[in-house]
Formats: sequence, C-alpha cells, structure tokens
Amino acid sequence: MALEQLQNYWWLLISVLGGILVFLLFVQGGQSMIFGLGINDKRRDEIISAMGSKWELTFTTLVTFGGALFASFPLYYSTCFGGAYWLWILILFSFVLQAVSYEYRRKKGNLYGTRTYDAFLFINGSIGTILLGEAVALFFFGGDFSVNRDNLLTPGSPVISQWGPTHGFETIFTWQNLLMGVMVLFLARTLACLYMMNRIDDQELFMVLKRKLFINGGIFVVMFLAFTAVLWLSDGYTVITEDGRNASVSVTPHKYFFNMVDQWWIITTWAIGVVLVLVGVIRSIFAKHCTSGIWFAGFGTFLVVASLFWTAGYGDTAFLPSYSDPMSSLTIRNASSSKFTLTAMSYASIFIPFVLAYIWYVWRQMDKKSN
Amino acid sequence: MENLIEVVDWSRLQFAMTAIYHWLFVPLTLGLSVLVAIMESMYLRTKSENWLKATKFWMTLFGINFAVGVATGLILEFEFGTNWSNYSWFVGDIFGAPLAIEGVVAFFMEATFGAVMFFGWNKVSPKFHLASTWLTAIGASISALWILVANAWMQYPVGMEFDPVQMRNVMNDFWALFSPIAINKFFHSVFSGWALAGVFVIGVSCYMLWKRRNREFAVNSIKAGAWFGLAGLLLTMYTGDGSAVQVAKHQPMKLAAMEGLYHGSTGQSLTAVGIVNPDKEWNNDEDEYLFEVSIPYGLSILANHKVDSFVPGISDIVNGISINENGDTINTVSYAERITRGKLAHKSLEEFDAARRAGDKAAMQKAADELKVNYPYFGYAYFKDVKEAIPPVGLTFTMFRIMVALGTYFLAFYVLTLILVYYKSWIDKARWFYMLAMLSVPFMWICSEAGWAVAEVGRQPWTIQDILPTIAAISDIPVSSVVLTFWMFAAVFTILLAAEVSIMCKYIDKRSKEELYTPEKV
Repeated sequence: MALEQLQNYWWLLISVLGGILVFLLFVQGGQSMIFGLGINDKRRDEIISAMGSKWELTFTTLVTFGGALFASFPLYYSTCFGGAYWLWILILFSFVLQAVSYEYRRKKGNLYGTRTYDAFLFINGSIGTILLGEAVALFFFGGDFSVNRDNLLTPGSPVISQWGPTHGFETIFTWQNLLMGVMVLFLARTLACLYMMNRIDDQELFMVLKRKLFINGGIFVVMFLAFTAVLWLSDGYTVITEDGRNASVSVTPHKYFFNMVDQWWIITTWAIGVVLVLVGVIRSIFAKHCTSGIWFAGFGTFLVVASLFWTAGYGDTAFLPSYSDPMSSLTIRNASSSKFTLTAMSYASIFIPFVLAYIWYVWRQMDKKSN
Repeated sequence: MENLIEVVDWSRLQFAMTAIYHWLFVPLTLGLSVLVAIMESMYLRTKSENWLKATKFWMTLFGINFAVGVATGLILEFEFGTNWSNYSWFVGDIFGAPLAIEGVVAFFMEATFGAVMFFGWNKVSPKFHLASTWLTAIGASISALWILVANAWMQYPVGMEFDPVQMRNVMNDFWALFSPIAINKFFHSVFSGWALAGVFVIGVSCYMLWKRRNREFAVNSIKAGAWFGLAGLLLTMYTGDGSAVQVAKHQPMKLAAMEGLYHGSTGQSLTAVGIVNPDKEWNNDEDEYLFEVSIPYGLSILANHKVDSFVPGISDIVNGISINENGDTINTVSYAERITRGKLAHKSLEEFDAARRAGDKAAMQKAADELKVNYPYFGYAYFKDVKEAIPPVGLTFTMFRIMVALGTYFLAFYVLTLILVYYKSWIDKARWFYMLAMLSVPFMWICSEAGWAVAEVGRQPWTIQDILPTIAAISDIPVSSVVLTFWMFAAVFTILLAAEVSIMCKYIDKRSKEELYTPEKV
C-alpha cells in the first residue's frame, strides 16, 4: 500500500478504537451515578457489580488507543500529551483510582473504607469522562502550540513541540472542550442506564433507571445538538502537505460541515449512528419493558464517534489544529509513522478481528450461565 | 526553555518512581500467574480438592496484586508522551510499535481471560477455565515480551535509520528489535518474577506454620513454591550471565560503572565487596575504592567468559579504548571526539534542512552523506563535557552488589527450604526458618528492584544509547507541574500500595484460619 493509504487505514483503526472506547465509557457513566438519588447500598452494589465485569475492557481499550496513537501518529503523541499535560495527567490519575477500586472496595483491610473506593469510582466516572471528552475535542478545537523540528539542534531548548504560556492548561477550561466533555459524560450516563436496564434483573431499579435515562438522555440530546451546531459553524484548517511537512494551511469556513457532506460516507455513517442512538433511547423510555436499547445506542455511538474522527482526520484536515501557529497543525500526513512502520503495524492489525472474536465469545460464555 | 535541567531531573524522578512502583507488582503477576496455572492443571489432572483450594487461595492474592500493576502500567505508557515528548517524536516510529502490539495482542488477552479466571468458576467449563488461567499467564508474559523488546531497543538501538527530512529515526527492520539483548532481557525479567513468586509463596506459607494453621496446605505450597522459585532463580542467574556478556559488548560504560572500574586490564578482577570513592573522576588520580575485596580474574570471566580478556574501565572508554563484539580490545572514538562528531552531525542536519528549504538537492545529498558518517554520535552533541556521558557510578555499583548478594542469598534460601521440607519433616521443628522466610520476602523485592536500577541507572544519560540523552528527550512543561505531579503520583501509589499490602495480610490471616486442606481418601 502507498503511504497515504496506510495513513488513511491507521486513522480508520484509530477511529474504530475511539468509537469502541466511547461506547465502553458506559462503565464510567454507571460509576458517575452510584451516589445518585435513591441509590442505596444494595443498589450501589448491583450497579458496581454490573459495571465491574466490564471495566477492564474500557481500561484496556484506552491503553490500546494510546499505544496505537503512539505507533501510528507519534507527532500527535509527542505534541498533545506533552502539551496538554494537565489534561492527560488528570485523566490518567482518575483511571489509576478506578483500576483498584472494583477489586478493593469490598475487601477486608482496604484501609480507607468502601465509601472511599466508591468515591474513586465516582471521580473516574464523572471527571475522568469529562476530561476524556475534552481530549477528543482537541481534535477539532486544537491548542496553542507550535512544532519546530529544528529545535532538536538547540541544546538549551531542544523540545520540538512547545505550547503557549499556560502550557496547555487552558485546554481544560476552553468552553468548546467543556461542551464536548460534559456531552460525553451525559452520553456515558445514558449508555450506562441502557446497559444496566439490559443487565440487572430488578424491576424497581429498572424503573429508576428509566427515569434517569429520560433525564440523562434528554440532556445529552440537547448538548449533542449544541455541539453539532458549534462544530458545523466552526472554521477548520485545510492543510496541504509535501514530504510529510505542511506546505500550506488555509482557513476553511464550516470546514467540518463540508468535510462530512463532501465525503458522503461520513455523513451517512453519522446519520445512521444518530438515528440508532435515538431509537435506542426513545424505545427504552417509551416501551413498556425494552432491554435492547444498549445495542442500538451502543452501535450508534460507535458509528457517530468514528464518523467524527473521520471528519477530523480525512479531507486534508488538521486533526490537531494550532490556533497560534496554523502551519504547525497536525494532520494524518505530517504526524504519522513511516511507511515501513505503518506496514509492519498493519500486519499486526490482522489480529484485531481475532481479538474481537474471542472477547465476544468469552462475554457470551460468561453471560450465558449468569442469566 | 527555562529550568531545562530541573525539568529533566524531576521527569526522570517521576518516571523512575512510576517504574519502581510498577515493578513491585509485575514480577509477582508474572510468577504467580504461572504457578496458579500449574496448580489448576494439577487440580484438573488429579481432581483433588486440595489443589483446587490452593489454586483459589493463590489466585485471590494474584488478583489483589494485579489491579495496582495494571494502574501503574497505564501511567508508564502515557508518561512517554506527557514527560518525554521529544523522545516520542524522535523514536516513536520504532518504539511505539511494540507498545501498540502489546495492547492488541497481550493486554486484551490478559483482561478478557483474566475476567474468566477470577469470575468464571461457575460460569464456564473446568477446561475452559483452565485454558483461561493459562492464557492470562501467557498474556502477562507476552505483555512483558513487548515491553522488554522496547526497553532493550533503547539500550541497543538497531533496525532503524535516521530520516533527515522528518528529523527522526525510522524503522527499517522490524525483526531486528528481537535482538539477543531483548530476548535475554525478556527471559531474565520473567524468570526473576518466578523466583520472586516462589519466595512470596514460601513466606506466606511459613506464616501459616508460624501460626500453627493448615500445616499440610502450607507444606505443599512451600514445596511447589520452592521448586518453581528455584527453577526461576537458576534461569535468572543463567540469563543474568548472558546479560553481563551483552552489556560488556554493547554498553561497556555501563559495565564499568557497575564495577566502579576506571582503568581496566587483562585478567581483570571483580570487586566482590567495596565502597567506591565518591571523589574519583575519570580524569583524576584518586583511588577507585575506599576499600575493596576482589576476586581475581572475576570480571574478565564475567564479561567475556575468558580469564585473560581485557575489560575497559571508565577512563579507558572515555579515552577511546574499548572491546568489540568479539571481545577483542580495540581503539574506538574517544568521548571528546564523539562530542565533536556529534556537533558535526548536528551541523550537517542544519545544512540538510537549509538545502531542503532552498530545494537544492545536490546540497541535500552532500549534507545527508556527511550526517550519516557522524550520526552514531548524534546524542553527544548535547554535552559540553565528557563527564556528562558517564553514568552515576556509586549507585550503579551499589545496586549491582545488592542484586548479586541477595540473588546468592536466595539460592541458598531455596536449597535450605527444599532440605527442610523434604528431609525428615525438619520443617515442622524449624520455627526459626518460618521467621527467616517471612523476613526474606521484602528482600526479594529489593533484589528485583536493584536489578532494574542497575539496568536503568547504568545506561544514563541515554534514553536511546548514543543517540538521544535524557536532556534532549524532554517535554516543554513547567518544572512546577512536574514537581506537583510527582508528589501526586507518589501519594496515590503509596496509598494504593498500603491498601494492597493490608488487604493481602488480612486475606492471608483470615483464610489461614479456615480449613484449606482435606485429607485424601485412599
């Protein structure tokens, strides 16, 4: 394959991983609700037990998402992680808290009590999810950075990716990023309601979840509409690259809207995804006892997120725009690994269907007997 | 960039702390996962309830330990981006691949089948459960393989070339990553996990004997742990010997630092015990040690498996005297010359970039050719003085001795354990041994951590040997941010470690009061 095809392929894989990751954030959504109104200790245990069997997959997907980004788009890894330092550190911090909490919360001798570990889960579920959403928002709204590879030759200041005076701290508080972060939180909570309605056999809790679904799903839809309006009205960069370096960057009004419309398969995927999410939510709210909403909304979420990644990465678009130095913006052309590495990694990616197959098989085996 | 050195130092501290904490949990995961899989296999073969009880007991401890290992591992992966952003760009084309493959191939395997292993006892068939336990163990080891391949590559960078257009290194031979150094490092680390798990099992079992609880269960566990751990320790020693030979060939400066050796010779002795002189520099006449006890010819044998071979010291290497891959003494490039040639490499790259901007292909080719000649010394251009390229000698020297001394102690410990447990039931009378075994457990971790300290401190100042020093691998972040995140992670890791130890102790104490052994019917 040619380098451009490989870059497209790897951005596709990153999109798939991103879509799966956001879908699996239903675990975090559930965690964010464990202190909700009407949730007593028994219910909390039920919710945490339902989420507990899946948390490792979310965690593993995050690790793989990071690893895949590192391997396929190292300049992004270098620029965004080193720049938006606090955003990523706080995400990691919240996931460290999560990793031990499921295992330790009910164990004797856990030193800090069940409530503390539940608080850890809540922090990961709420703040971690918002921050992860904000990290995804950077794909569209970018940051205040410049990339200068010549810096490598300056021993006193050798860092090639340098951020503005606030060193990326501002990315946490940028309103567009916050909008997306909070939207992702309500999406995760919506998916969590749907997942628990499918998993937990408790009629009373089912009705509680239905009410929560109505509220969280409603807020999510409103925020999604707002985000879509902001995205479609935003300008974006069209970047022409030569030899893996930006040759020209121009501001394109409504770039993301036109990206979706001009590439029909993106808008189609996005639209199917939106419909599936709405079907999943609306059926679950209004049907008498619908438990299949998670499958519709889950698959719809995957499609919408993947299509948003495509919008950010394809069509000569900067997937990490720099608003202070547009020529430093990152694209899948200038940020990618070499042809050799992408080819080698592509062979490794053949394992992915096998991995998905055994995960599906194991889930089925585990769920069959527990039903 | 302000406070570059401080940012580098704090970032190194943060990474070292994360790695140290991570390695508290990983070796037990590597060892206990295999031991548990063996126990479950025995259960399926014999249908003995006692094997099942043993499997579940040790599996629970494995699970308590596993969670924190996962958490700290996540931080390590992302810290390459957050704190070492230049590194991520400069060698991400090569280094990122093993990390990504680890995620796809190994981590999902561990996570998926680990869930079956912990929660699937009554949900899947016994054979499927056993397969899951083995796949979790195999997944953990495959995960270690990819990480250690990546680590070994940093110390012995092969399978790559420099791309002056992109100003980074790119991979040109994927399989070269599986160098003998990588393979050796993998087996050395994994087997050390087996050795550690063996000591852990013996220590916990001796607690039961000390408390006069579950004698049969404890003795059987001691037997399993001792054989497993001894096998692991012997293999660790064998691969450790291989590591020393590899280090002598490819990182002679690290070996010299491990020995505190400044002026080498043929038939070089090995310092068994000693204190390095802190005032000793590569270019002064101070004594190397404040005191020492040496083994004649020891270092020549260790490094080259030849009694009369030459082993260069720090001053020799700085002056350009070293050994080649065949162990022959050679005159190579002195460190002063390396700095000069590194600067020439930088100059050629500057000229290449200027020619590229001007579209002058002939000048690009000329600069690229000159760059290629001096590129092996690219990283030395970041140094002002040759002493910046010398690792911390005292720490490397001390850690090496702690590792070797404790490794030797544990060999004797395993032999003693097997004698006590098999010979005339001496184990029942040896209460002093129960205490010894319990006290030995933390020392196994110290041994293991000391090994990593030798590997990582000894290769300083390089993130990529000869190509990229830590000072050029850094991110552009304020020092205050790194200081704060260092303390944040230090606090949370300590809190979680305390919780893990407490939960383990509570579990061991509680379960040991229950009946863990049922006499077999004849």
